[in-house]
Amino acid sequence: MKDAFGIPQSLLVLGGTSEIALATARRLIARRTRTVWLAGRPSPALEQSAADLRALGADVRTVAFDALDPESHETVLGKVFAEGDIDMVLLAFGILGDQARDEREPLNAVRVAQTNYTGAVSAALVGAGALQSQGHGSLVVLSSVAGERARRANFIYGSSKAGLDTFTQGLGDALHGTGVHVMVVRPGFVRSKMTTDLEEAPLATTPEAVATAIELGLRRRSETVWVPGRLRLVMSALRHVPRSVFRRLPV
Amino acid sequence: MSADTVSVSGWGRTAPTNARLIRPRTYEEAVTAVRGCGTRGSIPRGLGRAYGDAAQNAGGTVLDMTGLDRVHAIDADNGIVLCDAGVSLHRLIEVLLPLGWFVPVTPGTRQVTVGGAIGADIHGKNHHVSGSFSRHVLSLELLTADGEIHTVGRDTPLFDATTGGMGLTGVILTATLQLQPVETSLMTVDTERARDLDDLMARLTATDDHYRYSVAWIDLLARGTATGRAVLTRGDHTPLEALREGTRARRDPFAFHPSRLPAPPSFLPERLLNRRGVALFNELWYRKAPRARTGELQRLAAFFHPLDGVPHWNRIYGRGGFVQYQFVVGHGQEETLRRIVRRVSEHRCPSFLAVLKRFGDADPGWLSFPVPGWTLALDIPAALPGLGAFLDALDEDVATAGGRVYLAKDSRLRPELLAAMYPRLEEFRALRAEVDPRGVFVSDLARRLSL
Repeated sequence: MKDAFGIPQSLLVLGGTSEIALATARRLIARRTRTVWLAGRPSPALEQSAADLRALGADVRTVAFDALDPESHETVLGKVFAEGDIDMVLLAFGILGDQARDEREPLNAVRVAQTNYTGAVSAALVGAGALQSQGHGSLVVLSSVAGERARRANFIYGSSKAGLDTFTQGLGDALHGTGVHVMVVRPGFVRSKMTTDLEEAPLATTPEAVATAIELGLRRRSETVWVPGRLRLVMSALRHVPRSVFRRLPV
Repeated sequence: MSADTVSVSGWGRTAPTNARLIRPRTYEEAVTAVRGCGTRGSIPRGLGRAYGDAAQNAGGTVLDMTGLDRVHAIDADNGIVLCDAGVSLHRLIEVLLPLGWFVPVTPGTRQVTVGGAIGADIHGKNHHVSGSFSRHVLSLELLTADGEIHTVGRDTPLFDATTGGMGLTGVILTATLQLQPVETSLMTVDTERARDLDDLMARLTATDDHYRYSVAWIDLLARGTATGRAVLTRGDHTPLEALREGTRARRDPFAFHPSRLPAPPSFLPERLLNRRGVALFNELWYRKAPRARTGELQRLAAFFHPLDGVPHWNRIYGRGGFVQYQFVVGHGQEETLRRIVRRVSEHRCPSFLAVLKRFGDADPGWLSFPVPGWTLALDIPAALPGLGAFLDALDEDVATAGGRVYLAKDSRLRPELLAAMYPRLEEFRALRAEVDPRGVFVSDLARRLSL
């Protein structure tokens, strides 16, 4: 059960090697979280992530999960929920792709879209259903500021996050009053292994800062969280910039 | 019997969850509800005054017991009442006062049910004399997990597990209570100020035994030499002979007409109660109190239940809600109490409902909270930054000193500390496993703390 400050005792991470997810898990373990499930494709990195969290004192288990195999989601997640209540599901998987290459090779672009959008739609619906039947819990979905407006430099990734973001908002409304809390997290540029090859954007942030914002959002039962918070204002302004201007902006 | 899926939270409004709310109107309906509650179990709920998640059951059934609210029999000669568990103390007082009887123990609100009072084994300002609520329960009827109704007498394991058992042993249907005789509905009250915590503890230790009721409001925002300054109010029921002949009070000694102000709106902002405002309130409240006044006549409601005058007063904390923290440490642990008061004051917790009390002897309930010593209760807005970690640190201090926190107020305790705080927890778990092997009775509190 969550405590008075919204901190979960049990956490299911979808995308168990995500740096943001692991930073969040570390933060929550330092407070109350005792049980962590890391779901992801079996890999040494996933096991290493689990070992790192175990060292902090949590009971951590890994579970094989593939975003690109939606048929399996019901079974895989069903097994996790059968082991006991999950107070928080953190949907953190996603791939950035390589915009230039993906434009040349549409199948790669489709893979980005399937992972970030359709895979997430399936996993989120399965997770939300399980949370709803236990009458409580938070579904936290990592969206991105890239989904707010299409940018020349990463619109394939951006469009997948736009879809996920819109889907999650709707899901949050659908679940309003069911005891399930749905929160969209929109980080800006996050310094992580996903972005090491990219040029840093303004208002860049860190996985730890996103984790802090998630913890605060849980306490407040927020529906939308921007990281850093100032991005909300910046993006409100950028949303209204005419396209002819926006496309020339160095963002 | 109506059933709706609704969001349920405690009085602190911090962690709402959804449950099927069923309001039985007969014992048979209660039995049916318990038998058919499904895999996520059920938990009885009274008037929802537990601050945390004690009367919530996410995804399961919550039994609203306020539909069972009959007073069955009153023995006016011996002061014994048999009533349903859903009867509120407010109703009992209304019924009993004109007969010259009063509830044996009342908390800071009349808006609790008899069932809730037993389940949380509540205490009042008279704990140092009268113990907790369960001391005055002669017997009770319990609807257990097998769907049967049992009469449970004192000095049985089931009785001691049920008093303070947070509703996890079964649904209390009726209780037989021993009452307190009174001659009037007035209170004779002595008020005095204590300039700091040591002064306060000295006064309580020296003269508490002269009074049936005793409590101290404490200013936790005062700093420096004033740390722990307090206003003590102590008193007893006014005897009839103390009222002058011919006065209205004498003609109608059992008058009981508590007034109510309008409720605060439900949309207040989270930060309404900030440090500055509360510090100012505390300053005025302290200054307003007389240095020493004796023999003042007060109405029952003003003395026992001042907050009942404001319905939904919990809304003043805004939608973020608030946390109540109450702990007790034994006699001889005064240093721990001093340290905690100092830390709360240094942390600048905007708390205006802080209360210090000296507990008397403990009662046998396995999870009953009071033990002889000092108890401090304080309210803190949940939005206060760093509050979770701060209270965790206080827990460590309390547990190290052999103390405990109050489950009826808890919404955030670390489960690992529970066994140290409640040494009979294992017996409680064992009894539950025996009388409720399928886990029919379960609450969010029970899940959170693995009770």
